[in-house]
Amino acid sequence: MKRAGFTTVWLPVALLLPQLMIIAIFFYWPAAWAVQSSFYLQDPFGFGSTFVGVENYTDLMANSEYGKVARFTVIYTALVTFFSLAIALLLAVKADKVIKGAKSYRTLLMWVYAIAPPVAGFLGLMFFDQRNGPMTEMFQALGWDFRLGADYNSTATAMVIVAVWKQIPVNFIFFLSGLQSIPKSVREAALIDNRSASGRFWEVTFPLLAPTAFFLLIINITYALFDTFGIIDTLVRSEPGNNPVTLVYKVFVDGFRGNDLGGSSAQSVILMVLVLLLTVFQFRLIERRIHYT
Amino acid sequence: MAQVTLDRVRKTYPNGFEAVQPCSVEIPDGELVVLVGPSGCGKSTLLRMIAGLEDITDGALSIGTDVVNDKDPADRNIAMVFQNYALYPHMSVAKNMGYGLKNRGASKAEIDAKVQEAARILNLGDYLDRRPSQLSGGQRQRVAMGRAIVRDPELFLFDEPLSNLDAKLRNQMRIEIRALQQRLGVTSVYVTHDQVEAMTMADRIIVLNAGRVEQIGTPTEIYERPASTFVAGFMGAPPMNLMTAALVSGQLQVGGETKLPLTPPAVATDEVLVGYRPEDVRLGGDGSVVLDVQIIEELGANRLLHGQLGGQAFSISIGKDEQAQVGPQPITLPQDRVHFFHPERGTRL
Ligand SMILES: Nc1ncnc2c1ncn2[C@@H]1O[C@H](COP(=O)(O)OP(=O)(O)O)[C@@H](O)[C@H]1O
Ligand SMILES: [Mg+2]
Repeated sequence: MKRAGFTTVWLPVALLLPQLMIIAIFFYWPAAWAVQSSFYLQDPFGFGSTFVGVENYTDLMANSEYGKVARFTVIYTALVTFFSLAIALLLAVKADKVIKGAKSYRTLLMWVYAIAPPVAGFLGLMFFDQRNGPMTEMFQALGWDFRLGADYNSTATAMVIVAVWKQIPVNFIFFLSGLQSIPKSVREAALIDNRSASGRFWEVTFPLLAPTAFFLLIINITYALFDTFGIIDTLVRSEPGNNPVTLVYKVFVDGFRGNDLGGSSAQSVILMVLVLLLTVFQFRLIERRIHYT
Repeated sequence: MAQVTLDRVRKTYPNGFEAVQPCSVEIPDGELVVLVGPSGCGKSTLLRMIAGLEDITDGALSIGTDVVNDKDPADRNIAMVFQNYALYPHMSVAKNMGYGLKNRGASKAEIDAKVQEAARILNLGDYLDRRPSQLSGGQRQRVAMGRAIVRDPELFLFDEPLSNLDAKLRNQMRIEIRALQQRLGVTSVYVTHDQVEAMTMADRIIVLNAGRVEQIGTPTEIYERPASTFVAGFMGAPPMNLMTAALVSGQLQVGGETKLPLTPPAVATDEVLVGYRPEDVRLGGDGSVVLDVQIIEELGANRLLHGQLGGQAFSISIGKDEQAQVGPQPITLPQDRVHFFHPERGTRL
């Protein structure tokens, strides 16, 4: 086969340059800047900074508030990931049974996906409104004095529910197309081989869905850790106060509200390392993953 | 092992399409019955109703002595081989074969023994730990067969199991499946659109056309006495010649002048369809019937002469030792090999 190629080196370089510059300016430069400033203590009025070594990091480790936020972030990520995957899988399995309706289901649920996180947050605000939010009324009817923005557990619950609600459509669409790509005859063979519906699901359908599920797991963890920023900001009305926040939100609060750029940078660096580990983990597993053909 | 009885079994799909018209068939214990017909005629639908993968709209289906209409596929004691094999991609060959047994509570030792036995019969011994994706098409086909036989079913169901294989492998597997079925003596229903497969494998053939049973019979009966022009045209390659002949004062006439030296059937119509298998017509004769040969097709073992008889297409097959040339040739139409059909209904007279 004849390979298409460039005659000079300059054309490909010129074509790549804009993309490389975007990556450099918007990703590597800020990242490098964050690493650097995490070793300095900034003057609150922006007049200068002092090199303090790893003090920002050791301070963080000793800070009980940081530990508390980290713990909440882990729990929050676990809950959001679990519920958005589980509910989406359940819906996809049900929708898959009525294949004809699947298309309209898909479109309907896709709408939620098109909502920007802060808008989802605002919708959440309405749902959880103190005076006439339907969710608030429901919780109060169940005997829970639900107070969004004032009570830690109330806000945490609202944050999980809104984040899950927002993420279900993405997971649903992936799960549904995963389910529909399983050959009909393979499921029919299982129907002859196994009379138990749950047995068929866990032993045949789910293993064939595993590559999709794993991919979604990583996507959802990343989402819960980072992309829920807008939802959280809206729900806590930019007033963290007594409300729970995640690590990403704390970076913002400490850096831009507290003007502690050094500490905030150190937190960003920790999160960068976390993303790096998650990425390595994903590639390792994808390499080892079996591709069914 | 069991006999299978279909009593006016019918299928209407939810969209109102009647894929199988009421169909009554009895399949004796141990026989291999082939369901044959063109694509879309309802073969798979009928087979899938027997398997329980498709609801039966009307009628009763019995396997052995039980009516199984409402039984789950897993409770019908059947095994099915699918066209695309439908192997579980995430399971090894051994697991694929043993999965059905495992779910019926067989012990591990029993499963192992049966899988080993099936692997031995099908020459799969070296592949038991492989995944289906690491096998060739022919090997996958064997695994699908293995999965069917380890279950010791009362009934085998095959849905075009060979149509994804190349011609050579198809011929070989055809013989192997038939031999295996006869050795195990398991009642089988085999779906195909290939009339050669039907003729060579079947104890009994069911010819389907547009959801309707056209004829049920042994391969010989179907070939020798086709019940309709549809069966006559579908079974046999090259297909039977069919000419429209006019009945003029007790004489059969084609194309206005050629009189056929045949005793016509007793019918009230003024036309009749005359059918001849190409190999039943002899080259040479007294010159009363002349075939205008246009094309000679060389097949090695024999030759096909395609031409016109009384203005209608007509083909004959002659042995490789006979000489033939293009142009008018006298032929002989033996009275004892003719098939007559109703001109409108297409039924045998
Ligand atoms: N689920 C369905 N709904 C409606 N019509 C169907 C369905 N499945 C098959 N058919 C129709 O029923 C007829 C018979 O189909 P099938 O049994 O698969 O044919 P075959 O196996 O003989 O090729 C076809 O015309 C097909 O279009
Ligand atoms: Mg079919």
